[in-house]
Amino acid sequence: MNYLEINNVSKTYGTKKVLNDISIKVPKQSIYGLLGPNGAGKTTLIRILNQITMPDSGQVILDGKPLSPKDIANIGYLPEERGLYKKMKVGEQAIYLAQLKGMERREAEKCLRHWFIKFEIASWWDKKVEELSKGMQQKIQFIVTVIHEPKLLIFDEPFSGFDPINVNLLKHEILELRDKGATILFSTHNMASVEELCDNIMLINKGEKILEGSVYDIKQRFKNHSYDVVYRPFDGSGETRLTVSSTEPNELIRDIISKGELVSFNEILPSMNDIFINLVSSSNQ
Amino acid sequence: MKIGIIIQREYLTRVRKRSFLLITFLAPLFFAALMFLPALLMENSEKFDQKRTIAVRDESSMFVGKFESTDFNTFIYIDNDLDEAKNMVKEGVYDGVLYIPATMLTVPTNAEIYSTKQIPMSVTSHIRSTMKNVVEHQKLLASGIDPDIVKASATTINVQPIRMSDEDGKEKKSYGEFEFLLGMALCLIIYFVILLFGQQVMRGIIEEKTNRIIEVIISSVKPFELMMGKIIGIALVGLTQFLLWATMTIIITSVAATFLPTQDIVSTGTVMSEQIAEMSADNGGNEGLKEVFDIINSINFKDILWCFLLYFIGGYFLYSAMFAAIGAAVDNETDTQQFVTPITLLLIIPMVCSGLIANAPDSPLSIWMSMIPFTSPAAMMLRIPFGVPIWQIAVSLCILFITFITFTWLAAKVYRTGILMYGKKVSWKEIFKWIKY
Repeated sequence: MNYLEINNVSKTYGTKKVLNDISIKVPKQSIYGLLGPNGAGKTTLIRILNQITMPDSGQVILDGKPLSPKDIANIGYLPEERGLYKKMKVGEQAIYLAQLKGMERREAEKCLRHWFIKFEIASWWDKKVEELSKGMQQKIQFIVTVIHEPKLLIFDEPFSGFDPINVNLLKHEILELRDKGATILFSTHNMASVEELCDNIMLINKGEKILEGSVYDIKQRFKNHSYDVVYRPFDGSGETRLTVSSTEPNELIRDIISKGELVSFNEILPSMNDIFINLVSSSNQ
Repeated sequence: MKIGIIIQREYLTRVRKRSFLLITFLAPLFFAALMFLPALLMENSEKFDQKRTIAVRDESSMFVGKFESTDFNTFIYIDNDLDEAKNMVKEGVYDGVLYIPATMLTVPTNAEIYSTKQIPMSVTSHIRSTMKNVVEHQKLLASGIDPDIVKASATTINVQPIRMSDEDGKEKKSYGEFEFLLGMALCLIIYFVILLFGQQVMRGIIEEKTNRIIEVIISSVKPFELMMGKIIGIALVGLTQFLLWATMTIIITSVAATFLPTQDIVSTGTVMSEQIAEMSADNGGNEGLKEVFDIINSINFKDILWCFLLYFIGGYFLYSAMFAAIGAAVDNETDTQQFVTPITLLLIIPMVCSGLIANAPDSPLSIWMSMIPFTSPAAMMLRIPFGVPIWQIAVSLCILFITFITFTWLAAKVYRTGILMYGKKVSWKEIFKWIKY
């Protein structure tokens, strides 16, 4: 079942077509990667989901129903360009933002205290935001995004500005949120984290969808049938490593074991990074 | 209601600030200082002056011994040549030389004063009035008139304006000077508060934009709610400030009433009433204080207060809507100037015309200025102390409130587009385009 469906959404600013007939389907409890170079239209699409801007045409379906203003409470959004009120105290500010998402003050405070302990930042509650480092502020922004337990989470470059330890913490939390039932839309340029986290992806460029599917299928589709082979020849000349192209892997293996002892045999799959670069540069031509 | 949450935050973060308390207590002092300090300083300007010696070369010999030396200015009469005297000024023997040339006619009316440093206006005017007295005296004597008779014939005329009410024909004394001063003060105050709080709206919006918190917030609330929440929240801050000022005034007056003999209340209450006391004292000795009470009683402070609040709210909403649009359109405060200046100019127009309006509060110019929504808050404040027909206030307030609703609606359109626009130098043309979106 799809939790989020975007059907034929288009958006034009002036004469510039920012989104052209974009459709995606995001299965419930999955992580969906929204990929594309800068200026591809990702932010506009995300803003449409957050009802910050309205599409010129097309429709957004959330949980089987057209998107409506009360869905604000069902969506958590961590924008790429994010900030907090510098002069406000951390706890107070987090409560304020949670209240804007429709939480009761007391409930918000209770949940926030819990998250602050979980992230080991309870001592920051009464500090002013300007006293915190950028990474610390990012942690608070993450908590504020998920505090109202939204069913749809939208993360725009969530890992930027975090150290590796905190990136791990965050990845762990994102996966946990998905396992608890959240559907996650994930926009990033970090292809390694896409391979690690995403179930499905869409690649857009200049407002056009140029690729869609599960990470596994896409890699299968773009593989060029090359294999990484290591074997020990019978003549005793030591381990040999080869990269071989072949559409008949069985033939290849048969051929190799006739010459020596097979040590390892791996299919070389293209990285998402390569696929991204190839597709975007060819669609730009 | 989410707008309630926003209003609460905007209000509390500002009221809790130390600068809020500081302004609440210091602004009245500042205003008092602004209004009365220059006059006080001018009156005592000699204290800030230096001593100087002025040589008088009087070729007409009419003024010898007539210039009285003061603590600071010493007049010395010399017979030297003018050029010689000038050289002595250059050498620093004298600070200046006053040269009165002999004339063909019997009465000299011109004099020259030579100095290396600028001679203060107070000194030249002292010289002028001394010469005037001497010459006039001389002329009277020459015509065979006893100067004492002229002195005795000097009279002060007191014209008492009394306004008859249109409705019930009640007669009311009016005191032009006091109402003039009160109107000026109210006009100045409303100008300041509209500008002060309007710019706070603008700054708040720029802060949210540069902080980039805006995107998080408008994914939770409509941009219009955020804008209105901010405008209303800051309006409440303003009203709180007025309330505190009113309370302070009441406390100060009642404290003064307890500790001082009753008849001193007025003169200790505010500096302004001291001035009135002086003003009325001119009209005749002991009746001064009674007049002060009459003046105070003749003004309907309750009505003035209500009008002030209504015009503050209307004017503030109108201008803060414009300031909100500006705040949303620019990226940082340095870019605001080109947009803020024209708006401030709108607000300054009634200030520039304040003399004209207060002098003739019922002239067509005054009435028009108090009807046009951009100028009406300040212009009406100048007219209010003199009494304005109810229908004019009603019409003017209606126009003001309709305009502010329209402008809030337009500002919301600019705001909605502007807050998500970064790194773009906007022009007026661009802003008008956003309105059409």
